[in-house]
Formats: sequence, structure tokens, C-alpha cells
Amino acid sequence: MTERWSAGVLHYAEMGYWQPDYVPKASDVLAAFRITPQPGVPPEEAGAAVAGESSTATWTVVWTDRLTDYEHYQAKCYSVEPVPGQENQYIARIAYDIDLFEEGSVANLTSSIIGNVFGFKALKALRLEDMRIPPHYIKTFQGPAHGIVMEREYLNKYGRPLLGATVKPKLGLSAKNYGRVVYEALRGGLDFTKDDENINSQPFLRWRDRFLHSMEAVNRAQADTGEIKGHYCNVTAATMEDMYERAEFAAELGSVVVMIDLTVGYTAIQSMAKWARRNGVLLHLHRAGHGTYTRQKNHGVSFRVIAKWMRMAGVDHIHAGTVVGKLEGDPHMVAGYYDVLRCDQAEPDPLKGLYFEQDWASMPGVMPVASGGIHAGQMHLLLHHLGEDVILQFGGGTIGHPMGIAAGATANRVALEVMVKARNEGRNLLAEGPDILRAAAKRSPELDMALSTWGDVSFDFESTDTPDVLATSTPGSA
Amino acid sequence: MRITQGTFSYLPDFTDEEITSQLDYALGQGWALSVEFTDDPHPRNNYWDMWALPMFALADPAGALREINECRAIYPDRYIRVNAYDSRRGRQTVALSFLVNRPAHEPGFRLDRQEAAGRSIRYTTHSYALDRPAGDRYAPK
Repeated sequence: MTERWSAGVLHYAEMGYWQPDYVPKASDVLAAFRITPQPGVPPEEAGAAVAGESSTATWTVVWTDRLTDYEHYQAKCYSVEPVPGQENQYIARIAYDIDLFEEGSVANLTSSIIGNVFGFKALKALRLEDMRIPPHYIKTFQGPAHGIVMEREYLNKYGRPLLGATVKPKLGLSAKNYGRVVYEALRGGLDFTKDDENINSQPFLRWRDRFLHSMEAVNRAQADTGEIKGHYCNVTAATMEDMYERAEFAAELGSVVVMIDLTVGYTAIQSMAKWARRNGVLLHLHRAGHGTYTRQKNHGVSFRVIAKWMRMAGVDHIHAGTVVGKLEGDPHMVAGYYDVLRCDQAEPDPLKGLYFEQDWASMPGVMPVASGGIHAGQMHLLLHHLGEDVILQFGGGTIGHPMGIAAGATANRVALEVMVKARNEGRNLLAEGPDILRAAAKRSPELDMALSTWGDVSFDFESTDTPDVLATSTPGSA
Repeated sequence: MRITQGTFSYLPDFTDEEITSQLDYALGQGWALSVEFTDDPHPRNNYWDMWALPMFALADPAGALREINECRAIYPDRYIRVNAYDSRRGRQTVALSFLVNRPAHEPGFRLDRQEAAGRSIRYTTHSYALDRPAGDRYAPK
């Protein structure tokens, strides 16, 4: 012990941050990091360094550690394993005592876990792959303002995915033209329309005018169809005061939902989640900016971790990938994100990128949103991959319909309902999907036109973020 | 107009055979079936009249179809829906709900606007049928 406390620089592993015999407690927060050590740095030392820098350590021995119960506060790297098929990459598992974190604060949790450590010189690259948040800590968060069950009861819509569309062009429309798109899309059969992430309050369209015209459209479409409709009013703004002002106005106009962007930051998201619960308004989150740190496999933060944090932070909707659309998303990885958002209990599943079990302790689920380059001709694939508790958003696939926006909406709704009907009748969607759509198109000129316009469009690019399990190690994958 | 509430309103009205397939699916999921009817189809009317209690013990879809048809015989001019209820923890809500009957004529809704300050408008969805008393709304005597 004397050596441990001599002034100077010690390896992190020797300071107690590498403990291969440690058995994590049920109340520990666990993290799985993918580490790429610099040449000459042993993987255990790299794992210990991550544990140290994300908890109590600094670069040198400090005697003031001895004023504390430092062994309790030290994060412990308890396992380091090579990643199959990747050179010089390891998964380091680290346990953090729950006392290290402030109750109910995503900002505090993330300031520890991803605060300093990602710039650490001893590592070439570092990626936070997954976390296990214990129920002890989960219970200190509000969670989704309403959640999937309450949203369905609120909207009176059951048994099928919900349908949405983002207004396009996303920038440039005047308030009156903008509301026209909302009206046509909703009366044609969509449940929701959406502001895009970057439409806030620009010179060509100020937020108040957009909300007024959009809500006129929502209410007209509601009277036309006898169905509850919504438009995600994006309240993203420069300050909390501005966001509250915009959200309050949307609520006053009777909007069932408001929207924010991930760019507003974790604390603002938690504030808006509290506002949303207090005011009976659903909270939609657009994951603007996430690709800058979620996409590359060797560095950053996996989207499944962001999804977990956002469920804790309390959003009701979050964009989580489409599998078949224009944006990044390996099918297994997307299935993992959807599990994180919707399941109450999850088991580790390497194929889905889930490193730990997760018990949500009855925290309501978040509705995943599939958006970006999807169309009616893919309905069988979307229902097969994404299931029922999901919002399918067809922006171009509604507004670009040759017969008009309402016709585009109708095409999507007919395709959706006929596919749910077929699934419930026990038909094999993957094998029969295209036939089911073509048969429905005989009675629906709108769907017929959608299929002939987009039927062949697909985006077949390789995903960058894929599972690292060897094919032979996963039963049933062959 | 055609009210588009329920899971399958954009498809042609289901035959009894198509209804039975859906009931069969719901029972296979362990969901309990129930029948409800109304002459107040406002989109926010949560409480349609219950046609007896939910059929928690029912295992045969034919039994539920019989209930639907009895309800149709007595209330041919009401909206009738069948619900499948999922009582599992974490759900405890309706899992599937679709219309199995509509009035012959659906007058729909009027949108009432009350102008407020600052160009705001307060909206109310007004059902034309509700101008008549309950029970006499869709097939006036």
C-alpha cells in the first residue's frame, strides 16, 4: 500500500481501477466500452484508464483520495475481451457505484460516463456501446411524459402503426402554404404531420404563424374524418424561455403534440418532458445531430445508449431508424434500439448489440419513429421489421405522390391497413407482401399509383454499424 | 363522409368471414373481446355503450360474431366496434379495435371556430347527428 500512495504517476490498473474479480452489484451502473488502445498500452490498462477517468481518477496519485472511502467511489473495470473479427479492439466492462450519480439527471450521468474520457491520449478511439441502468437509478427519472399506452388511449388509435409525414420542402414555405400540406396529408389518412428539425422560426416562416396555420389544418382534417389528428409543432429555440413560450402557445391551440430536437441538450429535454406531462401534450424528439457520434463503429456513443438516455429523460417519440430507408441502420442494430425503447425487460443479445440485461421497472415505453426514404411499397417489410408500436413517416412518399398529397396519404394508409389485416390473418408478409399490396391496389387507385411510382426504389448500401458477433456463435442465424 | 376511426377504416367493410379471422387472431394473442356501440362518434368520445361485459372466458370467435350480429340486429343505425383487450402488465389497454357497423348515412362533423385575440382560434368538432336526442340520431322516426 505504501507504493500505491507514493507521489508520482502509477498505472491506472495498479490504482484499483482494474478488478477482474469484481462481481457487479445489482445497483451498479454498468457500461460497455469498445476501446482501441494506443500501441504499447495493454488492454487491461486501457480499460482501467477509462474506469479511472470516468470516475475519480486524475493523471497522478493524490493523497486527498485518502480522505474518502475511495474504493467505493472508484469505477471498476472488471472485464476486457477482444472484439471478434476486429484487430486491436476490446470490449471493456466497467461498474460504477450508484452513489457516483445525481438522482434523475441525464446531464450528470453523461458528464461522468462520456465527460472527459473520449479525448484520452492513451486510447486511439473509444466507443460507449451499451449501459445497464439499475432499477434503483431508473426510478429516480420521470420517464416518458405519457408513453406508448397513454398515447394510444389519448389518440384513440389501436392495433396498427401510426402514420406520419414531414412537411416538405422543409424550409421556404409560407405559413399558408405550409398549412395546406398539413391539411391535405391529414385528411388523406395520416395520423400526424411533422415540422422538420431545422424549421424553427426563420424569416420566411415565424413559429407563431406556422402553429396557427397548422392547427387550422389539424382541426379541419379532424372534422373531415372524425379521427384525432396531430402536427408536431417544433418548439426548438435558443433559450428555455422561448421554448416554453412556443410550447404553451401550441398547447393553447389544442395541439396534442410538440416537438424538440436532440440539439437542445439533455437538460432542456428533461425540462420539456416535465412540461409535456404537466400539460397533457405528447413530446416528440428528432435525433438531429446524432450521426456525428453514433455512426462510426470504433468511436463515439452507440445510438442504443442515446435511446436509453432519452427514455429516462422522458420523451414520448424518438426517431430510431427504418431498416429499409435512406438512413444508416443495420436490421439487427435497429431491432436493438427498438427493444431499448419499447421493452420493459431485455436480455443481453450480442446480435442486437445489447451487452447487458435491462430492467425498466415499469417505466413506460417510447414510440420509435421510422423516417427517411420509406414508401408504401415497403409496407410489408416495415411491419415485419418494426412491428406495431411505431410511427411510420412517409414525407416524400406522401407529398411526392403524382395525384396529390391527400392521395399519397391514402395510399399509405390503405397499404398499412391491408398489411396489418393480412398479418393478423396469418399470412407470410415477407413472401406475400408485394402480392398483398398489388391486390389492394386494384381497389385503390392511390395505392396503385404509389406502387408504380416508387415500387422499385430501395437504398442498398452497407451499414457501417453492424454486430461483431461471429455468425457461428449465434444459434439460428445461419 | 366516412368516419375513419378504428384499425381498418380505409378498407372495404369486412365480411363476417374477415371479421372472424381478426377475432381468431385476437383470441390467439390471449386478448378478451368486447362489443361497443354509439350514436355519438365524436373522436374524443371514449365511452361508447357496452354491449354486455367483455368476453373474458370466450375462446371461440363464433361466439363473439354472434354477439356482434345481435348488436347489429338491435342497433342497425349505430356505429358498432369490436375491441380486443390486452390485460398484460405494461399494456392493460385495447390492442385492436375496428368498426363492424356504420349508420347508412354518415353526416359527419362541422368545425366550429371561435375567434379569439391575436388571430387565435378555438376549435370545436360538432357532430351533426348530435343535434337530435340520443337514440334518435341516425334513423329519425
